[in-house]
Amino acid sequence: MTSKAVIRAEGERLLAAFLEAGAVAMEADILQPAGTLLDLYGEDIRARAYVTDDPLRGEMMLRPDFTVPVVQAHMAHGAEPARYAYLGEVFRKQARGAQEACEYLQVGYEVFDRSAPETADAEVFALFRDLLAGLGLRPVTGDIGILMAAVCGLETTERRKAALLRHIWRPARFKALLDRFSGRAPVPVGRLRLLERLRAGSPMALIEEAGTFVGLRSAEEIVERAEALLADAETPPIRATEAALLYDLLTLEAPAAHALAHLRGIAPMLPAIVPAVDRFAARLEALAAKGVAVETLTFEASHGRTALEYYDGFVFSFVAEGMPPVASGGRYDALTAVLGAGAFIPAVGGVIQPGLVARLRGALA
Amino acid sequence: MIRLGVPSKGRLMQDCFDWFAARGVVLRRTGSDREYAGAVEGVEGVTPVLLSAGEIPRELASGRIHLGVTGSDLVREQLDADEVAEVARLGFGRADLVIAVPNVWIDVETVDDLDAAAAAFRKVHGHRLRIATKYHRLVRDFLTAQGVADYQLVDSQGATEGTVKNGTAEAIADITSSGETLRANHLRILPDGLIHSSEAVLWASRAAAWTAEDRAALARLSQMLGVPGVSV
Repeated sequence: MTSKAVIRAEGERLLAAFLEAGAVAMEADILQPAGTLLDLYGEDIRARAYVTDDPLRGEMMLRPDFTVPVVQAHMAHGAEPARYAYLGEVFRKQARGAQEACEYLQVGYEVFDRSAPETADAEVFALFRDLLAGLGLRPVTGDIGILMAAVCGLETTERRKAALLRHIWRPARFKALLDRFSGRAPVPVGRLRLLERLRAGSPMALIEEAGTFVGLRSAEEIVERAEALLADAETPPIRATEAALLYDLLTLEAPAAHALAHLRGIAPMLPAIVPAVDRFAARLEALAAKGVAVETLTFEASHGRTALEYYDGFVFSFVAEGMPPVASGGRYDALTAVLGAGAFIPAVGGVIQPGLVARLRGALA
Repeated sequence: MIRLGVPSKGRLMQDCFDWFAARGVVLRRTGSDREYAGAVEGVEGVTPVLLSAGEIPRELASGRIHLGVTGSDLVREQLDADEVAEVARLGFGRADLVIAVPNVWIDVETVDDLDAAAAAFRKVHGHRLRIATKYHRLVRDFLTAQGVADYQLVDSQGATEGTVKNGTAEAIADITSSGETLRANHLRILPDGLIHSSEAVLWASRAAAWTAEDRAALARLSQMLGVPGVSV
């Protein structure tokens, strides 16, 4: 068999296992409207996906993943609860000289279920573990929900919390903001200059002085933000003890059971994380019930923060040295709300790269 | 024979010819004004190829020319760093790729402010803040590195400064030397929004077939030009 055929056979085997687990097979178009994907992921996706142009349909993208079309199909006409599986090519631009292929098979499993999210998390993780058994992969888990809860619980303004939440998936930016909001970093010169100017006159007068008004962003929007900046300058920094807890949380890496004990330990000082920590505990129980050794399972609080931004709860990958993650997945409740036009359903899933599985099995020439 | 790509017309061509001539390498256009042919005097083993400056990056990448003179903005936008080697910076054709916003945005002074304004803009208008540019890759890489979100790039191949007034973009990223056109269009440069400082550069292609003779010719040329040799 050619290597392509070997990889497809591996993909078929994994797909069959997903169907066996109760999933319904799902197909998705290769050509996806670019607008939806760009709206969700922003310009970063343009750098990673192939964009092509159709004179009638506008910009189209070669499917960079299945999550969006699967969620859309479920939100449009799926019954609940639902389990879906799919197998097909995805397309990603790679840097010159990169090992990774631009076109590769992906096989995935997604669960839409309201009843017991932690059980669904454990179901997906345990299924992936079983299918990948014997390949020598190391599982890594995380929980973006705990980070988000910690940010929401900070004693600061809603505006600052929103700014931090918005950049959860951009760790460098997140840290820069947290440093500034907690007074660890000085206010940048540019901001000081700006505040000085804003204090010198009313925002409306400054706008008028600035000359001809151009652009869609209205004077009201500009004034609103100018006033918010002045108010923010008067906001006291996030307390050092509270900031320290958040920094500690961001770098927390420990076996899952230890991580839980640690989180329980800091929860009295960050009470907002209690519900998220309870969910983490429930998930570990569900995982243990599936035979996962939570005493040794790797937990990294910041895992999944550099992935495309849609995971907002449990995240996991199965990794091997010297190759991209063989499998990865997580919970993306918020994405279903964004794509569901008002509707919402908790969802969790993951994908496996059959090509990497075949390589690890030594099946490729 | 080394094929040296040089701009075929305008100020860039003249500055380029002057730069080489000052170092004893005389480039000339031959034949009629309409015919893009040229000749080199002063160094053996080099032949000029007159090209549009915009085509030179592509020709370097494919290896159809060994050397080429064009703006660093075009090369950085179109090629990966390992496709070419920088032989010499020529010190002319200087211009900056900058981010500019409406002057009436009195609340925006830094890229950080632009990011925050983009978040608020998206909530109000239902679409991402549009930045018009022809330098998609350079601008995207810069904004990604700065952690800016909630923007989108819209393509503009000319008269980019006018896009804000015309309502097709909220901000722009464009090349400017004096900033005059920006000001005339009621735009202001963000001081920390300098994406790339461009100038004319003599590049060597890593994809071209370099024979032993070509390498010897490159060494002779480098010596005449007074620039350190590059390994290709």
